[in-house]
Amino acid sequence: MDLNLTAVELGKKIKNKEISVVEATSAYLDSIEAKEKEINAFVTIDREGALKRAEEVQGLIDAGKVTGPLAGVPVAIKDNMCIDGMLTTCSSKILSNFKPTFTATAVEKLQAAGAVIVGKTNMDEFAMGSTTETSFYGETKNPWDLARVPGGSSGGSAAAVAAEEVPYALGSDTGGSIRQPAGFCGVTGMKPTYGRVSRYGLIAYGSSLDQIGPIAKDVTDCAAILEAISGKDDKDSTSVKETGDDFMAALTDDVKGLRIGIPRDYFGEGLDAEVKAAVMAAAKVLEEKGAEVEEFDLSLVEYAIPAYYIIASAEASSNLERFDGVKYGYRTAEFTDLHNMYKKTRSEGFGPEVKRRIMLGSFVLSSGYFDAYYMKALRTKALIKQAFDRAFEKYDVILGPVAPTTALKLGESLSDPIKMYLGDVYTVSVNLAGLPGISLPCGYDSNGLPIGLQLLARHFDEKSIIRAAYAFEQSREYKRPAFAVERGL
Amino acid sequence: MSKVYETVIGLEVHVELATKTKIFCGCSTAFGGAPNTHTCPVCTGMPGSLPVLNKEVVNKAIAVGLATNCTITRNCKFDRKNYFYPDNPQNYQISQLYYPICRDGKVEIEVEGKKKYIGIHEIHMEEDAGKLIHDAYTDSSLVDFNRSGVPLIEIVSEPDMRSADEVIAYLDKLRTTIQYLGASDCKLNEGSMRADVNLSIREVGAEEYGTRTEMKNLNSFKAIARAIENERERQIDLLEAGKEVVQETRRWDDTKEYSYAMRSKEDAQDYRYFPDPDLVPIVISDEWLEEIRGKQPEFREEKKARYQEEYGLPEYDADILTGTKKLADIFEETIALNANPKKVSNWLMVETMRLLKEKEMEPEDITFSAANLAKLIQLTDDQAINSTVAKEVFEKIFAEDIDPAQYVEEKGLKTVNDEGALRATIEQVIADNPQSVADYRNGKEKAIGFLVGQTMKAMKGKANPGMVNQILKELL
Repeated sequence: MDLNLTAVELGKKIKNKEISVVEATSAYLDSIEAKEKEINAFVTIDREGALKRAEEVQGLIDAGKVTGPLAGVPVAIKDNMCIDGMLTTCSSKILSNFKPTFTATAVEKLQAAGAVIVGKTNMDEFAMGSTTETSFYGETKNPWDLARVPGGSSGGSAAAVAAEEVPYALGSDTGGSIRQPAGFCGVTGMKPTYGRVSRYGLIAYGSSLDQIGPIAKDVTDCAAILEAISGKDDKDSTSVKETGDDFMAALTDDVKGLRIGIPRDYFGEGLDAEVKAAVMAAAKVLEEKGAEVEEFDLSLVEYAIPAYYIIASAEASSNLERFDGVKYGYRTAEFTDLHNMYKKTRSEGFGPEVKRRIMLGSFVLSSGYFDAYYMKALRTKALIKQAFDRAFEKYDVILGPVAPTTALKLGESLSDPIKMYLGDVYTVSVNLAGLPGISLPCGYDSNGLPIGLQLLARHFDEKSIIRAAYAFEQSREYKRPAFAVERGL
Repeated sequence: MSKVYETVIGLEVHVELATKTKIFCGCSTAFGGAPNTHTCPVCTGMPGSLPVLNKEVVNKAIAVGLATNCTITRNCKFDRKNYFYPDNPQNYQISQLYYPICRDGKVEIEVEGKKKYIGIHEIHMEEDAGKLIHDAYTDSSLVDFNRSGVPLIEIVSEPDMRSADEVIAYLDKLRTTIQYLGASDCKLNEGSMRADVNLSIREVGAEEYGTRTEMKNLNSFKAIARAIENERERQIDLLEAGKEVVQETRRWDDTKEYSYAMRSKEDAQDYRYFPDPDLVPIVISDEWLEEIRGKQPEFREEKKARYQEEYGLPEYDADILTGTKKLADIFEETIALNANPKKVSNWLMVETMRLLKEKEMEPEDITFSAANLAKLIQLTDDQAINSTVAKEVFEKIFAEDIDPAQYVEEKGLKTVNDEGALRATIEQVIADNPQSVADYRNGKEKAIGFLVGQTMKAMKGKANPGMVNQILKELL
């Protein structure tokens, strides 16, 4: 079986009975088995459950009960989304034995669309990191270069798709955690508008910023997946009922008259020259296809990172309080009293990056500092949103790079967290403003590493992004990493 | 000459709202289920779960706010109060700090004929915590999350009270108001109403407040009154001895009539409050507010006035009857069944009150129905039973809510109005008591009372007393 099929292509073959669901599922499970030693994209692989489910889904397809484009297609889920009865760790020691009693809404929706879940993917611990190196389960490798990081925090999901271990995966994006690893791994990832996809069952990092989204090989897959998982959920008050959710209708290869703005502020110091060239070339392609492309000043870009790290850490410090050894998860072996149990459990259960952000978040919320940090960050967030609102009065789409560089070498960022934080410069403001964004490959640097292109649009206007991204995608061939070709079965 | 001190008291009152489901999930709020049976991922703080606000909680909080003359915050928000404790499954409590739903209210109280307003600083909504149970056998603590997520409002008063009497009057005012709204049953002994007392003292005439303490674990009005008196004395003793009052939280032990320090201000935690990002702001529209305003019930003062005017009840009776919603409800329901208001009032004021006192019950614990009280009154109106029997039957109604007509029938308690039967019994009584008969005939009027009593005894209390008197006099 051709593992390089997109999810929608595979769905078609399953529908046409060219491939059975069990065959497809087995093929990907075998692919995972063959590659995992080198990639380490998964925390949990559920061969038995997936094969059983594959048979069941085949039955549903045969009975005409499941007909969507993803019916029977295997998928991997980032390990911060709850699945009833399946280990869900957030790649943390503190949840290393945790099995939820319910399933996240987005995952439930995929299941209803006929998805076959093959396992849970590796991530930065509690989604805190940009490299997937902070995982308790070891780092995930980039299929383009095993000595490099896949990006993060959804590095497991992005690497699994790039390595052809699975046709598509779900990730989550709090400050770039879908878009940046998609960019580093040469695949396509989409962060929907805040509120488009239910967060119920997503183990929270920064609740006001978190969104679940697809990571796949192309824009068509992302549109199909987003159609399946989006919608208002009564279990998540921050999810919204919005129109404009017929995402596949935007796959038109027509950008005539689309107004695209390029923020000059994104192309200054720190941006790799090869990345810059590839992104500008992509803008040229869209212009040649009829889009109106123009440079402008977005402003406030330098404030995005501090505001993001204050808000996300503040929320995280509270969100992660529930991991205390009392009700579930890891509990320290020996303790003298309740507070000693809390202290030891959390000291042993959380890794250094998580502890750093809990401390940062607790500090900015503490009395005497709250106004100076947290409130100021919220005001900055509002200003950043206004800056985008102003830009979207003139443009339908904003175009820029996903990250200042291509994939970094393993271990490079861990020693210098500030450097790692600065790598999020192009992605975090999108979460602060709650906007939708996509990341797709737009070229390769001299090391052969993929370069990511980022496109943004107004709230709930994912269709403009899909329209632009799809049109650009038609101008280039999807490139497979040599690893996937060589290890292909 | 010793100094004269004034007591300054402010109250923090928690009230459990009587909604069917919890504040942020669909679990039942019913009291007393087996441990952890009224729970779900949300109220046990499971990872990935999210709170969704129960609108009924907001309705009830607004209703209480309007009834206490508060300004309603049209754009209110929930905040997280962060602290670690095992009864708090998320290790943060969802509460309101920055934008509480109600602000700047006041209620009128009356103590010894003097009326006074007590200011309400704010009312906010929050979730209750679970319950810790220590298991001595395994020497471990267990958590029951049934109560976790039960909706509460906290009513914070201004430091406007100056005595235990004013505190009790204020609490009684809050309790009846909230009960009339149906927002809570407000039972202090079951914890659906809990009051923490902030108390300080200062010399009369002083402008600055003294250092205050906060008293917890007050489970009855009596305990509150005792704790206030005790704390006032304790603080005066400290000052008189040249010591200082320490700002601290104290716990009242009502059996020992003594309080002890739980934690001082220095130990106070930093709760790191911040807006809960999982919940959207609550926008309260004019329409929403008007809808609730339109549904506000007749409150105690209006009812009391109406009872006096419409039914001619004395003020004292009207006051008692409207003192709890339960009594007022039974009163009105019984009248609605065509019973005479004065007679209904009598049954509630005399017999019901007597039985409540005897059985150490609160009016809220009454279980009998208006229908059976109305039937009982009908039976006496029809002279089917006499008043002695009626009282006996009422005790059964009070205890078991029996149908009085059926009960009287089954037990054969109907008054004997049959003249022949009475005459025969009375003739026998006269024959058996020659001394009393002689006394009567010799002008000792009182002797007839004994003979009536003997007749009633012989008739097992069922004789019509008027007829007995009449026949006796005739035969004598």
